[in-house]
Amino acid sequence: MFQADPPRGIRGMTETATFTKSEMMIVAAARALEGQHVCFVGVGLPNIAVNLAQRTVAPELEMVYEAGVFGARPSRLPLSIGDPTIVTGSTAVVSMLELFGYYLQGGLIDVGFLGAAQIDRFGNINTTVIGPYDHPTTRLPGSGGACEIAINAREVFVIMRQSRRSFVETIDFRTSPGNLGGAEQSERVRREGGWKGRGPTVVVTDLGIYHFDETGEMRLDSLHPAATLQDARATIGWDLTVAEPPAHTPPPTADELRLIREDLDPAGIYTKS
Amino acid sequence: MTTSRVATMRDAIADLVRDGDTVAIEGFTHLISFAAGHEITRQRKRDLTLARLTPDLIYDQMIAGGVASKLVFSWLGNPGVGGLGAIRRRIEGELPAEPLEIEEYSHFGMVARYTAGAMNLPFFPLRSYFETDLPVANPRIRPVQSPYGEETIYAVPPLKPNVAIVHAQRASAGGDTQVWGLLGCQKEAAFAADRVIVVVEELVDEAVIRADPNRTIIPGLIVDAVVVEPWGAHPSYVQGAYDRDNRFYLDWDPITRDEEAIQAWLREWVYDVADRAAYVEKLGPQRLASLKPGPAPSGSVDYGAYR
Repeated sequence: MFQADPPRGIRGMTETATFTKSEMMIVAAARALEGQHVCFVGVGLPNIAVNLAQRTVAPELEMVYEAGVFGARPSRLPLSIGDPTIVTGSTAVVSMLELFGYYLQGGLIDVGFLGAAQIDRFGNINTTVIGPYDHPTTRLPGSGGACEIAINAREVFVIMRQSRRSFVETIDFRTSPGNLGGAEQSERVRREGGWKGRGPTVVVTDLGIYHFDETGEMRLDSLHPAATLQDARATIGWDLTVAEPPAHTPPPTADELRLIREDLDPAGIYTKS
Repeated sequence: MTTSRVATMRDAIADLVRDGDTVAIEGFTHLISFAAGHEITRQRKRDLTLARLTPDLIYDQMIAGGVASKLVFSWLGNPGVGGLGAIRRRIEGELPAEPLEIEEYSHFGMVARYTAGAMNLPFFPLRSYFETDLPVANPRIRPVQSPYGEETIYAVPPLKPNVAIVHAQRASAGGDTQVWGLLGCQKEAAFAADRVIVVVEELVDEAVIRADPNRTIIPGLIVDAVVVEPWGAHPSYVQGAYDRDNRFYLDWDPITRDEEAIQAWLREWVYDVADRAAYVEKLGPQRLASLKPGPAPSGSVDYGAYR
């Protein structure tokens, strides 16, 4: 925990709240969903961020889970993306064939929200292996639905913690395509291949918020409270592009923190660090 | 009246699962037949190819038990918790005496494979895998050109398991099976398979099935055995009957990190336990009671009587 210094209140609030870097990351990711309609919820951190968004900035958000649920209204934070709470009270439960075939590949998903183990400057994602595929030093979970989400969702948001091991010059395996080798190539391949998706548009980390510039490269646009440019540069494995000047992310409100701590993650599974 | 297909788990596994088979125990976080997985392990089946989108704890346990030589999957992990150590150690080559071959897809790819198997198609096309390393890692993911234009997409081959095992809320003695809650791809896996074992919480009269035919996902027509095994999906869950035992999933994390601990767990909870009833008794009534959800009944519909 650290003290947000100086406190930057929003909506007229001037309280000095303490919060963790993970709480700030989850809040910033949830806020990014304001105005969005249909969101495909990925495993891990996206799950809590999207659930927070539905309780704050996007109450009409239709949450889609790859397990086969459209329009989930979970009454507790789903323990996994296949939790029974995503079924009870939802709009529709469908087979995974329908979910991936009609909803995702059919082009109905506005935002695919993914996590990642490794990401490069163009937003290409690895969740498969560290090291060579045949002799990995670390075997990661693999694609799940991420590969087809990255291709078929209209846009992709990513949430992950920054480190030199995760923000790398070259990812060890490309599980889910981002802006490929840059915007020009990505736009051409997506147009010629008939992809529904335009690729990654937002990356939210524990230090800041990134968008993609005209070359298709990640650009730091907003620093979270107490995070510095030095912190951001020290945890990224390439020469980082920074907005001039970067904005400052408003800290979490009391209401956002209460929702995370009391409703969504009382055990602190996602928010400890 | 149709013939009864009701069998004990011991007989169903002994008769229908053979060494060298491709076996799919499906169920996406919901309705995972741990009871069948444990019986396969207890009977020391060998050289199986295990297929499942999410290997989950059940395949971690079975692979630690030495039943499999190959794993076909799309997402490898302990959902919401962490990793699967027994599988990871064998993939990373830490146990050279027990190598595990893998064949890896995405979720949609695996669902498409079962669907092609069920539909008797030579492949299934999908808009995935473009510009990724997955077709390099798995050359069975191949590009296919549209016969109606220039467009090239990817195809996956059919997956036709020798045996599919599906847990469900209820079935008739003839094997007509009804499910509610997450449907995963159990229907596709069952229709793709040569042999089908259905494991249910409750055996019901055929009239119960016929009163609500929209809920039937698998007809007795393709079912070889119906096993009645209450709590047979524990520690996964059954919508409306019991919740996921999350404590079990959390407790698995330190066990799976340690090969000796996992072997000790298998002795205590699989080899030294006669059957699912004994496992359930060993869990104890307090643990089970803590997993019961409150009620949320569906509305009912009127199908109408037509003369």
